[in-house]
Amino acid sequence: MTQTRTKGKHRQTLAELRQLQRLAGAVIMRPLSRQWRMQRKWTDNRDMREVTAEFIKPNSRLSSLERIEIYNRQYWFRLIDSFYDDFPGLRAILGRLKFNRLAREYLTEHPSTSFTMRNLGRFLPGFIEKHADLVEPRFQLASDMARFEWAQVEAFDGPTLPPVTVDDLLGKDPAKIRLSLQPYMSVLQLRYPLDDYLIRLKKPGLRGEASNAVEENSPEKSRVKRRSPIPRPRETFVVVHRLDNSLFYKRIDRQAYRLLTSLNRGATLGKAIKSAFSDPRAPELIREWFKTWTELGWFCKRQFGPTVAVG
Amino acid sequence: MPANRFNGFTELGIGIGLRIPHYRHILSKKPTVDWFEIISENYMCDAGRPLEVLDDILEQYQVVQHGVALYFGSTDPIDRQQLKRLKVLVKRTNTPFLSDHLCWGSVDGTYTHDLLPTPYTFASARNTARRIREVRDFLEIPLIVENVSSYAEFHASEMTEWEFLTEVVERADCGILLDVNNIYVSSKNHGFDPYDYLNNVPHERVGQMHIAGHTKYEKYVLDTHDHPVLDPVWKMYAHAIRKCGPTSTLLEWDANIPSFEEVHREALKARKFLDAVTETAAQPA
Repeated sequence: MTQTRTKGKHRQTLAELRQLQRLAGAVIMRPLSRQWRMQRKWTDNRDMREVTAEFIKPNSRLSSLERIEIYNRQYWFRLIDSFYDDFPGLRAILGRLKFNRLAREYLTEHPSTSFTMRNLGRFLPGFIEKHADLVEPRFQLASDMARFEWAQVEAFDGPTLPPVTVDDLLGKDPAKIRLSLQPYMSVLQLRYPLDDYLIRLKKPGLRGEASNAVEENSPEKSRVKRRSPIPRPRETFVVVHRLDNSLFYKRIDRQAYRLLTSLNRGATLGKAIKSAFSDPRAPELIREWFKTWTELGWFCKRQFGPTVAVG
Repeated sequence: MPANRFNGFTELGIGIGLRIPHYRHILSKKPTVDWFEIISENYMCDAGRPLEVLDDILEQYQVVQHGVALYFGSTDPIDRQQLKRLKVLVKRTNTPFLSDHLCWGSVDGTYTHDLLPTPYTFASARNTARRIREVRDFLEIPLIVENVSSYAEFHASEMTEWEFLTEVVERADCGILLDVNNIYVSSKNHGFDPYDYLNNVPHERVGQMHIAGHTKYEKYVLDTHDHPVLDPVWKMYAHAIRKCGPTSTLLEWDANIPSFEEVHREALKARKFLDAVTETAAQPA
């Protein structure tokens, strides 16, 4: 192994290594300025040149600040780029500047706590509810879109459980049948017809891959503008689901929405049907729905507690 | 030397990274390729299209897993849930070995999703080696660690990068994924001779090599993986192959990805260097 080359020099301890990583991490994950550069002042108001010079070596071409700034910028470019991939509809309805601000504020409050960037946007719908000012005057539209687009992330690669078939239900007492929806599904009540809107807007493609390559361009420079008329309000019920590993949006009506959400909250089939229909004379319709839904593999045996996003 | 205990005694030849824009071509045309490298994290999901495509690829091709999120140099505890998911994938792909980077990227449970250089200190080497052993013990397959490209250096460093790499792999008793392009990029950014690096790593531990393109800016070089391999990197690769023997090699092309044929053609340029070393070795003394 390598012999001691640092005679007389202080040797770093593990605790010091950890402290150094905390400092470097805080510098790298700190929000950028409006010009997409490293902020010039540290949290204690010291000049960032002084702060970065304490732990990063300069070279003949770059100062300590300029060297660590490369990582600071790449951090934000990478994460916001991932946001563009997962929330193209939100980006379209908010516009570039407002979307970038929302992403910056959100990622500052909710930095990634997972080894995968797949989960980066999981708190965004809740964040928008709490920070309506960031998306006004399109709060309702943005709130719906965030839920709708996060549902697609879940549907893309969320877990599948063994489906319940029609045969499994035959001859069973509806008062005792309890079903869950597949964990990858979301049953949504939206105030806008965002399914149609997103189909018009979205280009085909899958999530960008993780790699150790980096891009120099900020997200502002690397995206093509795409325009589509903002939809008018219209209550819409939609299931975001997966079939043969492709993503689908399926429109349902209000009764079907009530039925599915009741089932998923733990109601028996009998109670769910009662909660969905004021008029109980719809057995043919219900049979038709269940035939379709079981063919789509939507139902699985009851899990503990609701497993699917509804709302 | 190339088939060794660090790469599961494999001699894979020349591979390319499996990337989404090439899925359709690969699955429909079934081109002849020695092997594909996958980014593990892209397939550590529960279900869906990524795993369907992977299974189709696995029916036809040898796949080797390469990760970007183990962060061997971090000081956080290793995420057991992440390891469990990784082990499920290892069993699915039957990868002969697994690689990830000599870097850190998370602290106090927060992830940067970047491959950050660690200070080259003995404390860091011990910490990194311990984590590599822990991961290897859990996954029960050989591990090789890749040198990263970097743009910053720490005052705290107590040795050169290649000394640090040596310290880590000897303490962990693991192999090296020698990324020749990364050595070139870092040598330009930090002002060292890349051949000092190539000459001073433990060659017998090299289990695989990476080559890639980079981008030169006015004041630094960026590891962009969006170009063909540049001449200085090919020269270094030839030198590395002479030192290490004909080693499994992978071309990385991750941005501005051209057609499958173009990427594969670029990768196959490595063949002449591998053949030259093989012929030299075969000649009678």
